[in-house]
Order: sequence, then C-alpha cells, then structure tokens
Amino acid sequence: MSKQTQIRLAGSGGQGMIMAGVILAEAAILDDKIAIQSQSYGPEARGGASKAEVIISSEEIDFPKVIEPDLVLSLTQEATEKYGGSVKAEGLLIIDEDIVLPEGFNQSRVIKVPILRTAKENVGRAIVANIVAVGFIAEFTQLVSRESVEKAVLGRVPKGTEPMNKKALSEGYALAQSVK
Amino acid sequence: MSKKNIKLMQGNEACVEAALMAGMKFFAGYPITPSTELAELSAEKLPRIGGKFIQMEDEIAGIAAAIGGSIAGLKSMTATSGPGFSLKQENIGYAAIAEIPLVIVNVMRGGPSTGLPTSPAQGDVMQAKWGTHGDHAIIALSPQSVMETFDITIKAFNLAEKYRTPVIVLTDEVVGHMREKIEIPEPGDIEIFDRKVPGPGEDYLPYRLEEGDIVPKMAPFGAGYRYHITGLFHDETGFPSNSTDNADIMLKRMISKIEDNREDIVMYDEFMMEDAEYAIISYGSTARTVRNAVKTLREQGMKVGLFRPITIWPSAEKEIKAVGRQVKKIIVAEMNMGQYVQEIERIVKSDAEVFHLGRANGEVLMPIEVVQKAKEVF
Repeated sequence: MSKQTQIRLAGSGGQGMIMAGVILAEAAILDDKIAIQSQSYGPEARGGASKAEVIISSEEIDFPKVIEPDLVLSLTQEATEKYGGSVKAEGLLIIDEDIVLPEGFNQSRVIKVPILRTAKENVGRAIVANIVAVGFIAEFTQLVSRESVEKAVLGRVPKGTEPMNKKALSEGYALAQSVK
Repeated sequence: MSKKNIKLMQGNEACVEAALMAGMKFFAGYPITPSTELAELSAEKLPRIGGKFIQMEDEIAGIAAAIGGSIAGLKSMTATSGPGFSLKQENIGYAAIAEIPLVIVNVMRGGPSTGLPTSPAQGDVMQAKWGTHGDHAIIALSPQSVMETFDITIKAFNLAEKYRTPVIVLTDEVVGHMREKIEIPEPGDIEIFDRKVPGPGEDYLPYRLEEGDIVPKMAPFGAGYRYHITGLFHDETGFPSNSTDNADIMLKRMISKIEDNREDIVMYDEFMMEDAEYAIISYGSTARTVRNAVKTLREQGMKVGLFRPITIWPSAEKEIKAVGRQVKKIIVAEMNMGQYVQEIERIVKSDAEVFHLGRANGEVLMPIEVVQKAKEVF
C-alpha cells in the first residue's frame, strides 16, 4: 500500500482539474506504472468546488478511490475549505498564492504557489492553470517522467493549443524548481 | 512494431471500443447519466465504420429500435441507467421471447426512480433477472475494471449471438466513469461469434431448432424468407400459437438454452480462497473494495478469501455451493440493501451462515467497513 500515491486536485468547475488528473494518470501509464483517475460528478461540474483524483502505484490498485491523499492541490478558496483538510497529516497541501488557509489547519507541509498568476502572466491565459499545476506536481513529486507528461498533455489538449500548453507545462516545471 | 495498444480509458469508453470490435453496427438509445458516454462515443464512431447511431425519443424506443436493428441482421446495443433500465424492461421480455440477440448496458446508479443520478449503486441486480414479467432466462455480466468491461462486452455480444438472447452488461458508475489502463487486443486475437443464418434457398422456419444447433438459425429480416416475429407464444413458423403443449416446449427450450450451458456462460474469479475458512462474495466495483479488505484481514491472520461472480445471471450455482461447503461463514458485500445475498442464501442453504454488508446512499463501500464487518461476524 505504501507504494501508492494518492492525489486530489481541487478547483472550481471548468478549471480543468479533471483534465489535469487524466494527464497525470496517462503519464503514469506511459511510464509503465499503474494509475486510476476518478472524479466527482454532479452540479459542481459547473462552478462550485470540484475535484479529480488520481492514484499512481507500482502495483495493482484494488480500491479505486482516494481515501487519504498524500497530496492535495487546490486552486480556489472554496475548494481548499472543502478538500484541503483531507490531506493526510504527513501529506502535502499545495494551494494557490491568494488562498487564505482556513483556521484549524495543522498540516505541516503547505506550499503556496502562484499557479493562476503564472498561467495568466507568463503564458497569457488563465485557462492553462491546470497544465501549470500538472507541471508543478510532476516536477515536485517526480512521480512521472517529463517525456510522458509532455506526451500526455499534447495528446489530450485541443488541436492548435499545443504550443500554449507546452509553455504552461514548462512554467509549471520552473515553478516547482524555484520552490524546491 | 509489436507495440502494445495501451490506453487510459473510462469503463464506458472501453465498452464502446469492445462493442465495435465485437461487430456492433447499430446503437439506439437515449442518453442518461452515468451511461451517456456510451451514446456519445457510439454516435461518433459508428458512422465512420458504416454503422448507424440513432437517438430515439425515449428509452423504450431506444431498445425497440435496437431490437429492430438486430432483427435486420446487425449486431445492436443500447445503453442506459436505472430509470431507463426500468423503461426497457417490457422490450427485454420481447427480445427474450422472440429470441433476439441484443446487448443492453446498464451503468447502475442510485435508485429507485431518478434516485441518485451521479452516484454508484448495485441496486438493479434482481431487476436484471426479474424486471420483465414472465418466466425467462437472462444473462447478466458484471465487470470490476476497465479492462474487464472490454472483455465482458465482447463476451456479451458473443453470448447474445450464440444463444439468441438479450445480454445485460451490468456495470456501475464507479467502473463506468473511472479511467484505468487498458490493453486493447489485436482484432485477430479475440474470438468473435456471429449468429447462424440459414443458407440461400433453404426451407426456412424461423423458430425450428435444427440438429446440432443450440438455437434456431436467424435469417436477417427482409432477406427474402417468410418470417413473422411476435411477443406472443409462437410455433416454429413464428406465428402466434395458443397451444399449451407448444408453449411448454418453447418456454423450456428458451430457458434451458441458457441454464444448460452454464459451463460456457458462467465466469467467476477467486482470490485467496484455497485455504479460506471465511468467504466474502462480491461483484463489480465493490469486489475491489473487498479484495483490498481481504489483504488486510490476511495480514491480521484471518483466513478470508474473495469469491467474485462475473456472470451474475445465471448464477455460478455449482461454484457458490462449493464455497458454502468450504467455509463456515460468508459475507455478501454489495451496494444495495440486500439483493444478491438472497441468491447466495438460496444456493448455500445451511452449509454456511450468510451475512450481508450493504448500503445504497450513493457512497461506495470502504475497505475498512468490510474489515470491521468481517471482524464482527467471522
């Protein structure tokens, strides 16, 4: 079981957190690992707090849902309040820079990262924040290879947006290197 | 260039991929969460291979059109969830009595009625068997993973063709929506069964069973054979018959073609059952919860195993009976308030004590709950 990493990606509906989860899972599979991606469906799929989950493992995954995430990444205040506390005690909580950590949070490892600003200012489109987040997680955790992540991103994003998403991914990697 | 075709895919996507590989040429249905991807992908992919997709006005018309497609000679599928499955019941009975090959996918969600549209459940297990009125046999298969969804869908088409019967792929929201690794086999590596059709100019009776056949040969409607299809009991010509003798023969043949071929139809899986003193029986996505729990219980020294029916109907009667004789106690874990447990109790009788662990509030069973239940009753 310790060979598993459970990841929860949270944000508001439409921010592409499910896509981010799909890319991480796909990259893991390209690396010949085992991965499962799932999400919550429902009204939150349009606005509100939404989440995507990924489990990456070196062995078969029985139970397909995330129970206690090793890593939670959240892009909005609401999502942080809803899902931020689910990260396990020794786990890692990554939140966007403007988020105020809710009271009562005692996670020892919290990192504030300018994911939304990087997408907006360095890439020019807030919509690629999810890809910046993917780059950040991939570099920070080293769970998946850069080659596979790139392949997964380019295979999943809409045609014509490849250069922008590649740039977003690089920005995510750079961001992770700067806080490591 | 023998690179394996490995993909990350949802269970629902895998179902469509498999259906196409099995030879599906027609899909008719009405989209409903959590089965909508099946309609979407069929709509996208069927026209590219010369097939047809049609969205009907409701679920009833969806299955009716799929039956029509099959009668015309095309391998056909429809897909739905809870409320739509209820609406399809009448025509499932029609397909059963008229012996029409058909695959019906039910991605189970919380019920009754519109219930919990986006949440998983396994509450349609008994409905799959007895949802349509009257005596009949049915085949229902339940996958636990994306890969198994692919394999089972191929099998569902093959069984439908081989036994001229509706086959239900009874999956659930968890398996339908999760993305997981799948290795898509080469078309040449999978066994595909096509229905037997009469030769040209043959003296053909649509419901006459010929020597060496399991079911009567099926001519595509409109191919020049004199042909009648009805939901009434009918004789070999296909025209209605009120004869009680005929009804008796026909009904027995319709049931025995499935019941007598359990060896071919029944699939199951066992995990750590060799030396098990206790068993947990579970199917579909819930079996994964149980597998996880069995590992934990084994680490704690309890001799527990998992028996997983893949074919839900007809049930793995012989194998479940053997489990009952082997172990002292059985827990049946399922996402409902107690359905398949009744079938297990019927089969096991007094050989083992049977307990139930279930819930139908839209939440999956957690491994810890299975562990706790096992410690409580084993």
